[in-house]
Amino acid sequence: MGYVAVKGGEAAISESIKRLRLTRLRERQIITVSSIKSCLRGLVDRVMSEASLYARDLAALAIKQAEGNPEEATFLLRAYRGTLPRKYYSRLVTTDDMAIERRISATFKDIPGGQLLGASYDYTHRLLDFSLETEEISDMEKWLEHYSKIPPAPLDSLPQKMTRVADIVRQEGLLAAKTEDNTPPQDVTRQSLSFPAQRSERLQALTRGETGAVTALGYAAIRGYGLLHPTVAELRVGNVPITIDYPLEETSDPGDALYIGRIQVTEVDSLIPSIKETAPGKKEINFCIGYGVCYGQNETKAIAMSVLDFCLENPVPGSPVHDEEFVLTHVDPVEATGFISHLKLPHYVTFQSELDSARKIRLGGAHEQL
Amino acid sequence: MHGKFVWVVRMSNYNFAFFDENSKREIRRAIFKAVAIPGYQVPFASREMPIARGWGTGGLQLTLSLIGRHDVIKVIDQGSDESVNAVNIRKFIQQTTAVATTHQTPDATLVQSRHRIPEIPLREDQILILQVPIPEPLRETEQSDTRAKRLHAEKEYSGIYLSLFEQIMKHGQIATGADHPTLVHDRYVMAPSPIPRFDNHKLNYSAALILLGAGREKKIYAVPPYTKVESLAFTDHPFTVEDMTGKICRLCGARGVFFDEFIDPTTQAPYYQCNDTSFCQQRMSAELETTWGEQGDH
Repeated sequence: MGYVAVKGGEAAISESIKRLRLTRLRERQIITVSSIKSCLRGLVDRVMSEASLYARDLAALAIKQAEGNPEEATFLLRAYRGTLPRKYYSRLVTTDDMAIERRISATFKDIPGGQLLGASYDYTHRLLDFSLETEEISDMEKWLEHYSKIPPAPLDSLPQKMTRVADIVRQEGLLAAKTEDNTPPQDVTRQSLSFPAQRSERLQALTRGETGAVTALGYAAIRGYGLLHPTVAELRVGNVPITIDYPLEETSDPGDALYIGRIQVTEVDSLIPSIKETAPGKKEINFCIGYGVCYGQNETKAIAMSVLDFCLENPVPGSPVHDEEFVLTHVDPVEATGFISHLKLPHYVTFQSELDSARKIRLGGAHEQL
Repeated sequence: MHGKFVWVVRMSNYNFAFFDENSKREIRRAIFKAVAIPGYQVPFASREMPIARGWGTGGLQLTLSLIGRHDVIKVIDQGSDESVNAVNIRKFIQQTTAVATTHQTPDATLVQSRHRIPEIPLREDQILILQVPIPEPLRETEQSDTRAKRLHAEKEYSGIYLSLFEQIMKHGQIATGADHPTLVHDRYVMAPSPIPRFDNHKLNYSAALILLGAGREKKIYAVPPYTKVESLAFTDHPFTVEDMTGKICRLCGARGVFFDEFIDPTTQAPYYQCNDTSFCQQRMSAELETTWGEQGDH
């Protein structure tokens, strides 16, 4: 007769956790948090964005602990975020004040301020660089030395603030009129998302969304399951300053505000044509803006987000990517991975219950007698 | 760190019961509302947890918001205190609160459970917390939360009755598995969480407060003590539970409880063991009266 364990879970779990630690360490190599922070920028940015916690050190720590698994690192950072009290709310952040590192437009060849390519993979060939296999500290120093000697390009026309491409279109009267919405944003982590959602809730849920999920749904929207083809009016990457109201007095005077740091964001304005019937039989095209923004340099995600923002602002019955419940409830990384992975938990009670129903039905409704 | 391995994450960086006090208070406010409107799903700002979504975070948030230093906690998963997830959740509660834990149902003040209600009837001074994957009983017939909410508001439950009726037409009987829908206090249709149908009657006029938490879906709902909970059925097709007649626990000899089914490798014949493992062990160590089981439904 077989033996069925009733006890022993606790010991097995503790061994499994040891095994996990062994797996991380068995190659006798250690990656430092500071090298993750400096060398795995793409992963750090992605994890911060999905965890919706701008903390490079903590993201790097989470990545180390998770052995580079973004799903797990995001989960760790989200869980930590859940314990943090909200001490202050920042003052309104306007990206007009962004210290721009990269800024491109797909709508006009020449834009005021110019196209600023910055650092991007877009212009590289994706060929494995085997020289990196043997890259030494001395190679790095040599290259940096060389780079520092290149005279900077003359910055003849780089203005302090760059005109937004969307504003140019707006001046021409081609942008659909929108009234400014200054209702204080809802925080979906403090008050759960309910439908119909406000735009601030939608934007927050999207910017916290899993990169792959947001990209996939954005892709579906432009490939055929949504009704649009957007043009990137402007994509910006840069740092924005964060300030808070002076905390020791009841004041909202910007002169008293305290600067607490800066965060790097990727911001996208997409222009999406929409046809409007102004009078019977008379149609006019104007443009709507889809907006995307996320922590760090996450360009694909920010563009996909801008597409989905437009889709959700303009619901279309029958199209999943235009359905806010469908999009917003399924892009969250921690919720999606959590529910999928819970299928690994034992289900023997529920399965027994299903089995009971299935057997009764087979017996034609008669009570089974095993 | 040299020379000494630190296996356990030090919890001194976290507040008692993990959450900050304001978060706990907010969850308790949702609980009050849930108790005041039996069976109604109260939305709450479900917190990110160090336990995966879908692994009991709803129940855990209820537990952590309620637990005090003198509580005694019991955690069960599918009937077992030793199941991996029960161990994991209990360990987490223990690490963040240092409260006493128990396997014995009568000793616990808080019982967090996934998919089972203990065999031993709970008392007025105990709270049962059930983990819920899908809190919306109408989800099968109405995918949209917005529309489902409206159906609840209007007490428009013909869809779910119709789906039960369709099962009778197709299979000759109601073919639900676990999570058979219930009607609470003659008002709200409620998903009892995936407890077997066998456990549904334990919700009805339960002496203990029963709280249900869905972390991923961000809903809390409750069955207050001594509240009527009916399983949905028809007069000519009454509600039936999983058939346990004639089955006996191989270990403790109990009858009339919910059993796990095993197959004997030699004879290929099925045999049974109590699903509620702590109940079974208590019987084996003769802590409980041995004549359990024939008392039937209450």
